[in-house]
Amino acid sequence: MTTNYKEQAEIILQMSGVNPLKCMQCGKCSGACPAYDAMEYHPHQFVSMVRRGNLEPLMKSEAIYNCLSCFACVERCPRDVKPAKLIEAVRLTVIREQGMNKLKPEQIPCLMDENLPQQALVSAFRKYSK
Amino acid sequence: MQKIGVFVCWCGSNIAATVDVKAVAESAYSCPGVVYATDYQYMCSESGQTMIKQAIKEYGLTGIVIASCSPRMHETTFRKTAQAAGLNPYMVEIANIREQCSWIHKDMEVATEKAKVLLRAAVAKLNLNKPLTAGTSPVTKRALVIGGGIAGIQTALDIADAGYKVDIVEKKPTIGGKMAQLDKTFPTLDCSACILTPKMVDVAANENVKIYSYSEVESVSGFVGNFTVKIRKKARYVKEDLCTGCGACTEKCPSKKARNEFNMGLDTRPAIYIPFAQAVPKLAVIDPNACIKLKTGKCGLCERVCEAKAIDYTQKDEIIEEQYGAIVAATGFNPIKLDKFGELGYQYPDVVTSLEYERLMNAAGPTKGHVVRPSDGKKPKRIVFIQCVGSRGQSCRDKSYCSKICCMYTAKHAILTKDHYPEMDVKVFYIDVRTPGKNFDEFYRRAVEEYGVEYIKGQVGKVYEENGKMMVQGSDLLSNEQLTIPADLVVLATAIEPDESARSVATMLTASMDTNDFFTEAHAKLRPVESPTAGIFLSGTCQGPKDVPETVSQASAAAAKVIGLLAKDYLTGNPCVAGADPMICNGCSQCANVCPYGAISYVEEEVRGPGVREVRRFARVNEAVCQGCGACTVTCPSGAMDLKGFTNRQIMAEVDAICK
Repeated sequence: MTTNYKEQAEIILQMSGVNPLKCMQCGKCSGACPAYDAMEYHPHQFVSMVRRGNLEPLMKSEAIYNCLSCFACVERCPRDVKPAKLIEAVRLTVIREQGMNKLKPEQIPCLMDENLPQQALVSAFRKYSK
Repeated sequence: MQKIGVFVCWCGSNIAATVDVKAVAESAYSCPGVVYATDYQYMCSESGQTMIKQAIKEYGLTGIVIASCSPRMHETTFRKTAQAAGLNPYMVEIANIREQCSWIHKDMEVATEKAKVLLRAAVAKLNLNKPLTAGTSPVTKRALVIGGGIAGIQTALDIADAGYKVDIVEKKPTIGGKMAQLDKTFPTLDCSACILTPKMVDVAANENVKIYSYSEVESVSGFVGNFTVKIRKKARYVKEDLCTGCGACTEKCPSKKARNEFNMGLDTRPAIYIPFAQAVPKLAVIDPNACIKLKTGKCGLCERVCEAKAIDYTQKDEIIEEQYGAIVAATGFNPIKLDKFGELGYQYPDVVTSLEYERLMNAAGPTKGHVVRPSDGKKPKRIVFIQCVGSRGQSCRDKSYCSKICCMYTAKHAILTKDHYPEMDVKVFYIDVRTPGKNFDEFYRRAVEEYGVEYIKGQVGKVYEENGKMMVQGSDLLSNEQLTIPADLVVLATAIEPDESARSVATMLTASMDTNDFFTEAHAKLRPVESPTAGIFLSGTCQGPKDVPETVSQASAAAAKVIGLLAKDYLTGNPCVAGADPMICNGCSQCANVCPYGAISYVEEEVRGPGVREVRRFARVNEAVCQGCGACTVTCPSGAMDLKGFTNRQIMAEVDAICK
């Protein structure tokens, strides 16, 4: 772990407003997660790994893009930890570092269908645009 | 003119390290009235106290100031010292130069200066002190226990055994509380009813105990040793003295759809009912919300079948007034409501709370002890238990505390289930397993090692229905997978909370509560069964989550405290009470409105003084009720109200001395 990652973990906590020390490792977030099997690292792991400053594997993992941002973990967490916000902050850190967009805003309308929840649209912006 | 002695304590290095105690003692000689000043390492020690006594005699002191720790610590000690030397104990003042000076300052010069000022204020006040004599009030030798669960029963039995009268007020039609609903008790697995019901019978048969069942406390007034309590005996519509508890009425009652509270709503009961077979008192009661006769005026079947002629549809609530010396709160707990836990599927019939599961396992329960699915009555093949439901959380639907009993009762449920049905698959989702207690962890390990209960570390994210199965989706943190387990029955280890009546009871008793509505103890470690309000004691889960053995210990401890109080014939009061000067009082009633103890009343009497001889309305303080809080003295617009030992003149003299 480099000092760089430690600092970055600090920034991620600041960006997300998450205090990982509130986590009591109950695993309810991962129990609720509908994208669990698609994610190499699971919501509770994000919380514990960011707490330890173990950012590198998270930032390299596809898990940050496979999170649906459905916020089930945020809704269910009994300690109000908000794992999805943490995952989002890790993702943003990667995107900002790379200075790239996975998706252009004008591409979004054609990907939409009537069953797509509005929140997913907002999250898609958060995920893929700068 | 007073002859005042000043004694400055070092408190070892507690004071002397930050305050120049010799300089403080020396400075006392410049205060008016001081004839002697000294310092010593430990004033509270025996030699320190001897020094004080000798000085009182040698210098003919009329009052003493001790510059030391907080008066909460040693005021009583030094008052006794003064009294032993022939001084009135209220001619003692404490200058707090430890908590309010040496402990909070680092700079010796500043701290010494402050200590001198605090001492000067105490001397200024003492110059105006007058000897006070404490009054006494008699103790009513009868105790009230609010709540008739195992806590209330045990407290009442112990008080009664000591020879004192004790009344139990229970809001339900029977005593017994939650323990009566349980199947077995951990970790010994003895039958709950078998160990509780003999105690219920004992308490009912004890000639010192009177049980007011189906009754609630309506109001409380008075003070330690002298409480007056109004009890509302709710209308049963059944004459207690005639009903034999035969149950004929309950069989004939045509209204049978009322929710059976005793079985947690898993079945129904008639409108006239006896809560359970071993109920004490074993009397029928009519539920006015379900009774056809009381709702429509037509029916009256129970009246016709009652051979004892006990039914009385015209019965009204009755208010009983009784005097008590001590009151014990034993109001107990309830599982929390789960309507905000939609994701755990409590809306499905096959998802039950632990207390409901107790009833399902209980041989006297709705299924005669057969564990079946409430939806279709079939025997489940797999049961999943989920722990910490509503406990240890920070969201608005959660309780922040650990409910303490769930780990053990879940292990008990798992063991009993496997014991009755070895072929059944039993899984437990847990966050932590907390089993401190005698033979507790061994019990939990038996569930795992002997009975093969599968404990899964992780919490459940959601429970949903699929093809008649309850699908339990949760994480297994140790194997780092997400599991979806099809279960036939899901049991939620629901958090517990204080009974909803606790807050109104606490308000009536002026007893304090914490943010979770648990009663607060007078001292978390050293006075755990007393409320900060004198004469109010705490028993059982109303003070915090606890299991049966812990409840019984606390109940007996509370009883011991009550017995200690009732054993006294008189209580020495606090002489620092308020009083109004009839010559100055203008009868405005403002003091009576602010008095938290109801100690002030108004009288119309003749007032005689220089140039005055007329009937006036003025305030009179009941000195036995007054707690000396001083609210009235600061409210009084005319300055007629004054507090003995803390007179307005004394307070002003202190302020003047500080500002000098």
